[in-house]
Amino acid sequence: MSTFTDTLVNGNERAFKAETLTPMQKLTLKYVVFGLIYYGFAAIEGMLLRINQVEQIESIFFPKRYFAMLTAHPLVGIFGSSYLLVFGAFTFLVPFLLKKPLWSFKVANWTLWLIVVGVFTFWFDGFLTHYAPLYTLYWPLPADFSQFEPVAGAIFITGIALVMVGTLLFVLNIFKTLTYTPAGWGKQPTGRILGDALGLTTLRNFFTGRMRHSRETDHLVPLPVAAIARGTVDVALNALIITFTGVLILVYMIGELSGNSLKSTAVDALLYKNWYWWGLDLVADGLVLVFVAGSWYLLASLITGREVFMAKWARFALGLELVVSWTVWSHHLLSDQAQPAMLKVGSGEMVTAFELITQGLALFITVVTLWKARPLTMTNELKFLLGGLLGFGLAVPAGIMQADAGLNRILHNTQWIIGPHVHVAVLVGLTMTLYSAVYVLLPILTNGAKLYSQRLANIHFWCHLIGGVGMGAFMGMAGLQGMLRRTIYSDGEYRPYMILAAICGALLLIAFACFLINIVMTLGLKGAAGLFKKSPKPVEELVPGSIPEPVA
Amino acid sequence: MSSVDSNTVLWGQTIMYTAYCLAILSVMALLARKLTRPPGSHDVTPKIFYMWVGFLVVLGVSLHVLTYNTIPWVKDDLHGSTDYVASYDITVGDHKFTWADGNKQLQVPCGKLVRFSVTSQDLTYGFGLFRENNSMVMQMQVVPGHPNDLVWTFDKNGVYTIRSTEYSGPSGYQMIEKDAVKVTGCSQDDPVSAEGLHR
Repeated sequence: MSTFTDTLVNGNERAFKAETLTPMQKLTLKYVVFGLIYYGFAAIEGMLLRINQVEQIESIFFPKRYFAMLTAHPLVGIFGSSYLLVFGAFTFLVPFLLKKPLWSFKVANWTLWLIVVGVFTFWFDGFLTHYAPLYTLYWPLPADFSQFEPVAGAIFITGIALVMVGTLLFVLNIFKTLTYTPAGWGKQPTGRILGDALGLTTLRNFFTGRMRHSRETDHLVPLPVAAIARGTVDVALNALIITFTGVLILVYMIGELSGNSLKSTAVDALLYKNWYWWGLDLVADGLVLVFVAGSWYLLASLITGREVFMAKWARFALGLELVVSWTVWSHHLLSDQAQPAMLKVGSGEMVTAFELITQGLALFITVVTLWKARPLTMTNELKFLLGGLLGFGLAVPAGIMQADAGLNRILHNTQWIIGPHVHVAVLVGLTMTLYSAVYVLLPILTNGAKLYSQRLANIHFWCHLIGGVGMGAFMGMAGLQGMLRRTIYSDGEYRPYMILAAICGALLLIAFACFLINIVMTLGLKGAAGLFKKSPKPVEELVPGSIPEPVA
Repeated sequence: MSSVDSNTVLWGQTIMYTAYCLAILSVMALLARKLTRPPGSHDVTPKIFYMWVGFLVVLGVSLHVLTYNTIPWVKDDLHGSTDYVASYDITVGDHKFTWADGNKQLQVPCGKLVRFSVTSQDLTYGFGLFRENNSMVMQMQVVPGHPNDLVWTFDKNGVYTIRSTEYSGPSGYQMIEKDAVKVTGCSQDDPVSAEGLHR
């Protein structure tokens, strides 16, 4: 067997041995595998949409198919990729950082498979039936049966519902892991743990003047776990809103199928838009920002081996971000004329501006934590973390500009918001932070597998960074010149920008291919297949030889 | 009369955001370089942290104060001004815009506050005015069951196209009413509107 074939089959230097993994390590790696598969789905789908923006290929991407792909693309990206990667990492990290076994391994398994199956269900339904209300689901479009088949919609909503059930199980597992008392342990102080995790302790310290004297060691819950807990609150609220909306749409579909069509005017379209955006924004302006800030703090402290700079204010900012995330939704309704001006200015502009503050603080705290630990080695985790910081440094101000009553009038639904804000935040900010976490966790989860190629890791980094920033920039330039999102231009109106954006999209695909090759060659096909074989080790064992000790 | 239109505002935004991007890219590149070097005498104290917090608060709020006082349409928009001289009632349904006289070109006076009142009969749509080069003059959402009124003052002569700015199903992208609005009576022409470009 040649060296290449041997590495492909057995992994780099045969260092990775799947049979040595604990069930928790295998489960976390399975989350990563499926998260990366769905990232590939979203990336390839995004590239196809991008090609159609350069030159409309109507025979392949006719409008119904194009908009069905546009509906699936962000949902697969967020639920299939980001949710799986984040949930997998946190399902491992919470017990790892708390030094306490996960509440339920079985529930974590259910979460994985419900999300995997749910995402495939709505993606495949969209592929076959072209159900295309977009993720915004503006009423009454999802229940407009002159455009969409009710059966198609019902299957799509069922897929989303499976994802939501999996998501709620994740929430349950995180909070139970925080608060439960494992067999043989002393009774856990549930109230104090919850208060600390949700930020009530910090809030009390702030208002009683004890903030000045509080230390990190006083807290029962480490800072990154507090971030995970607070972000998980938004995960739960978001899942409840999406489930409620899904049930409402499903009622209309069942009515239609049973011959009892319901009036769409029974639901107020503006009220619907308010509650739906309230829930949806808990992802974009809630859990993503809180989880990312927490991940930055964790990564910075792991990379430097130091406590996070101004940790007590970092805790405070995480709590503030959670409250802000409940009150910012109206920036999505700045162009809705019936929306009260008070909500537009209060929630849409002023409260939204707090995201500049909370995210600006998280960025500053992380940078200073790194700065104080100089000299550092430019490892993969550090360079990807810097990429993640840059991504949010670029994307948050772009969003704040759009969340302005004056600018929104000429930017709403243009490529500006989806380019420099959304794609830069998700692809550069969030994804590069996740890659940093993958590089940190890789040796822990694989019991010391050796990375196949540093050169591939470098190509991955530069292609992803340039591709992500560049794509956002060219989309933004087109947006400033009036190019809308969620539409089709047939006469090559913005072709130069779309060609440049497509080149950047291709760089992102090259980056992903390099990363995938590197990971496959690191683990080997045999090792990857071994992830799906049952581990004989106990589920309480996080990494080999580390069953958490009972705490009295 | 103000001569600030969406083109002017968008140029201002382009310059500001580009300058910001270049600045943060440079700072991050410098940071990456410095992080691998031994520490110098400069340290970051809590005082700098508190100054940063203050800076972010001022920055976040001042953006809205600045736009409120410099972008001409914001005050009329947020205050819901009713002293408009003409109102144009437009209905949208089944992916089609319709208005009086069989969609005859709407004549709009220059320099006067006018109102576009758009009603949806079925779905959520968008209503936007666009120049010949596709740049946007303004837009609003059109929500069924609610009034969708936008007051506006034009300060340049031009002919503009109506286009739906919101997705309303696969046929929605074709909701374009070419050269539907004509503004006359200004001393200045919009150089990139339909008429301006053909002149």
